[in-house]
Amino acid sequence: MTEFLQSLIRGLGSGSIYALLALGFVIIYKSTRVISFAQPAFMLAGAVLVSYLAAEVGFFAAVPIAAVLIAVLALGVERTVLRPMIGKPVFVVAIITIGVDVVVRVVTNAFIGLDVRQVGDPWGLSTATLLGVEVQQRYLVMFGTTVVVVAVLFAFFRFSRVGLAMRAVAYDQEVALAQGISVGSVFALSWAIAGGLAALAGVFVATGAGVDQQLWVIALKALPAIILGGLDSLGGAVVGGLAVGVVESLVGTYQGDVAPWLGPNFALVAPYVLMLVVLLVRPYGLFGSKEVERL
Amino acid sequence: MKGRPELYTSYAQDMAFLNTRPKRTWTGALVVVALLVPFAITDDLLMLLATGFVAAIGAIGLNIATGYAGQVSLGHAFFLAIGAYTGAALSGDPDGRVLGFGVTSLPVWLLASGLVAGLAGLVVAPIAVRLRGLYLAIVTLGLVFLGEHVFREWTSLTGGPGVGRPAAVPELFGVRLDRPSEFFSGPQQLYLLMFVLLVIFAVLARNLVRSRIGRAFAAVRDRDLAAAVIGVDLTRYKALAFAVSSFYAGVAGSLLFVVNGFFDPGSFGLLLSVQYIAMVLIGGAGTISGAIMGALFITLLPRITRELPTVLPFISADATGAVTVFQVEAVLYGLLIVVFLIVEPRGLFGIWVRVRNYWRTWPFSY
Repeated sequence: MTEFLQSLIRGLGSGSIYALLALGFVIIYKSTRVISFAQPAFMLAGAVLVSYLAAEVGFFAAVPIAAVLIAVLALGVERTVLRPMIGKPVFVVAIITIGVDVVVRVVTNAFIGLDVRQVGDPWGLSTATLLGVEVQQRYLVMFGTTVVVVAVLFAFFRFSRVGLAMRAVAYDQEVALAQGISVGSVFALSWAIAGGLAALAGVFVATGAGVDQQLWVIALKALPAIILGGLDSLGGAVVGGLAVGVVESLVGTYQGDVAPWLGPNFALVAPYVLMLVVLLVRPYGLFGSKEVERL
Repeated sequence: MKGRPELYTSYAQDMAFLNTRPKRTWTGALVVVALLVPFAITDDLLMLLATGFVAAIGAIGLNIATGYAGQVSLGHAFFLAIGAYTGAALSGDPDGRVLGFGVTSLPVWLLASGLVAGLAGLVVAPIAVRLRGLYLAIVTLGLVFLGEHVFREWTSLTGGPGVGRPAAVPELFGVRLDRPSEFFSGPQQLYLLMFVLLVIFAVLARNLVRSRIGRAFAAVRDRDLAAAVIGVDLTRYKALAFAVSSFYAGVAGSLLFVVNGFFDPGSFGLLLSVQYIAMVLIGGAGTISGAIMGALFITLLPRITRELPTVLPFISADATGAVTVFQVEAVLYGLLIVVFLIVEPRGLFGIWVRVRNYWRTWPFSY
């Protein structure tokens, strides 16, 4: 039982990282209908930035600064690379973001070098006792912070004027344009928000283990999460992210005893198996809206 | 018709295999040049070109699914891997360290690896057919990760990560093509083999896409609902596009490592898929010649960047300097994709079309 609870909390912790990343993907997808494959690079860049800033201003000041700076970077990418592509096929734009991802990552890797950089988080690998179960503090912090961020984001979309504009654009771009909403600024804003979320996720990934050149691979696990939840559902992104984290963690704990023939490290691909199974039943994910088919 | 060689005068001519006389002449000339090349250049360049030809077969395959039928696939590396392992296992040494059946005859294992990969494509098709656009792209990406895991764990077939296994044995009518024979060196034979195979598969693909099936693919790509309304069986053609594309990938995969003779499970990652997407997009989506141009371009790119340090001294040739060749190469991939898609969405093929039109209308080319 203790083992199960520990595994569950670990899963929720790493799942909240995936949820943050998935939210970024979904926010961009909802407003621009494009999946930004540049998220892994922004995540890596965020973590690297914090590892440099933390030495100067301390961890807690470094995180928001890095998030803002990465948001600005994402905004810049959107203005220079993505804006000329409005109206082009979505797949072409998605491939362009792969190009952006490669470029940003190579530049970032030059700042990492070959060794591991520490982000200077105050938790490290130290543990706390929760309900009689020993868990690492950083998982609790990840989960808690994600809950707060998600609540703020949802409130922003629900109650603020800008959030309303973003929802309008997500619903129908042309109608939103006709109502006087600047669709361009909404695009830019959604990229900025996604960049900030990615940076935050990057910091969380780097807590405990540090930043190395392979960190970006973690971000790819947000892909099964967004497909699982449905590409255009914010709630789905959160649920999908947490589900991926929990499945990964539970499979990692129990698969060795139950099904050792699947090989070690099966936990890493378990989210993809889960995604395929869900898609066989629901082709638009758990909460995604079905495309209207009409002529 | 006479005196107007660049105009079509009948539908049959429009749909012909090489539909204008200049196209016939130039294609013929290109084939002759390609056949003479092995006697003019060094062996390591020949190897590189041979790899490029194999990549072109794979790129043509991806282009059939993505460029013609509009089924975006990021899973090409997975099908390449299936082909590579099928070919290697069939032709492998039965008493070796890894699984092998000792069938070294090239036509046998080549067809078998194509068929096995094609079957894998058909197995995936039921999921693929239900999905559209970016959902499909991400699901096929999932295939790559699942494949990587399976190949890492199935060490009796793959030799395991970092160790790997020998690639398929290219033996035709009892002659080992990768070893020097009486008249040719090994690389020359491999070059000619890959070139002949590329021509065969390019001709097959060109014929496929100008047939009824090809028109159905284009209809599915342009608007699948409209295609369904005019009587195109969506499920059938989407599955067919996947199967044909995977067949080509399987063939290309089994040949891909013949030149250097060795490969390991780490070769079939996301990067390989992205490279093939880049070939199709940089070459020009929806054209056979574009896929070939793109594949050659992407294959030759590392060689070109390797020459950069001699021209630009601030780039260092090993992994120690501030700006290394490897970084430049990775950045170039990214930048080329971005720049091509923004500036010339039709790719290298589009540039060629523009150059051609400039000279065709010269001196009134404004």
